Amino acid sequence: MPAEVTEPLLVERFRIQGGDYEHGGDAAAQIKAIMRRLGIDPNIMRRLSIANFEAEMNLVMYADEGVMEFQVHADAVRVRVADRGPGIPDIELAMQEGWSTATSEMRARGFGAGLGLPNMKRNSDEFEISSTVGAGTTLRYAVHLA
Amino acid sequence: MRLTEIAGLLECEVLLGEEHLDTIEVRSCFAADLMSDVLRFSDSGALLITGLTSLQSIHTADVADLAAILFVSNKTPGQATIDLARTRNIPLLTTPRDMFDACGVLHRAGLALAVEA
Repeated sequence: MPAEVTEPLLVERFRIQGGDYEHGGDAAAQIKAIMRRLGIDPNIMRRLSIANFEAEMNLVMYADEGVMEFQVHADAVRVRVADRGPGIPDIELAMQEGWSTATSEMRARGFGAGLGLPNMKRNSDEFEISSTVGAGTTLRYAVHLA
Repeated sequence: MRLTEIAGLLECEVLLGEEHLDTIEVRSCFAADLMSDVLRFSDSGALLITGLTSLQSIHTADVADLAAILFVSNKTPGQATIDLARTRNIPLLTTPRDMFDACGVLHRAGLALAVEA
């Protein structure tokens, strides 16, 4: 996976609170609004927005708190999501479609099908995940602009 | 098919976006209560048919660039959900028909399944 070689042209950070379903989706929406103002291609905007919303809901559902950092580079839109939370013991398993530890509350809210992480990867051109059990999870993903 | 025609076929109550129903053209639909499925499988521009009235249904329609939301079984979202949809310009309709019936009517009327290529 290529390293971030360029300096970002724009950086915006959004704090996300675990358990806050009322605001779950606000960060993804604000990032989408920024991309729209910048005139980012609609398909690129859609792919990153879907990944962002999946990441944001995962954080709301599973973590205590976290930050979503959006960066615009000359060649890509990049996002880093770092949370403080339980972490993921088996990332390979969590990346499989259909594998989920969702509660009935999460499912009642329309989530927890075990599709989120693989769908983030699917909508990204670069995707990395690292996690420490008992500490938290960090996601980095990007959609290329060209 | 314009949203106006869909609203007529399904005897919908228009909760939001009445003024846009004549101009929004829908060719395909995606029906699910699980937003994970919508985010994973639905194509953009679709009409979302769902029984989920939470805020997340609006966020899902917004990030996935869906045309409008049709709530089934007379389900009506709370004011916070309607207010969020207003800020995102997402028309909301509700029909007395259940999910199976609503889908059947729209399928017979020529609408297709909105699945990403």
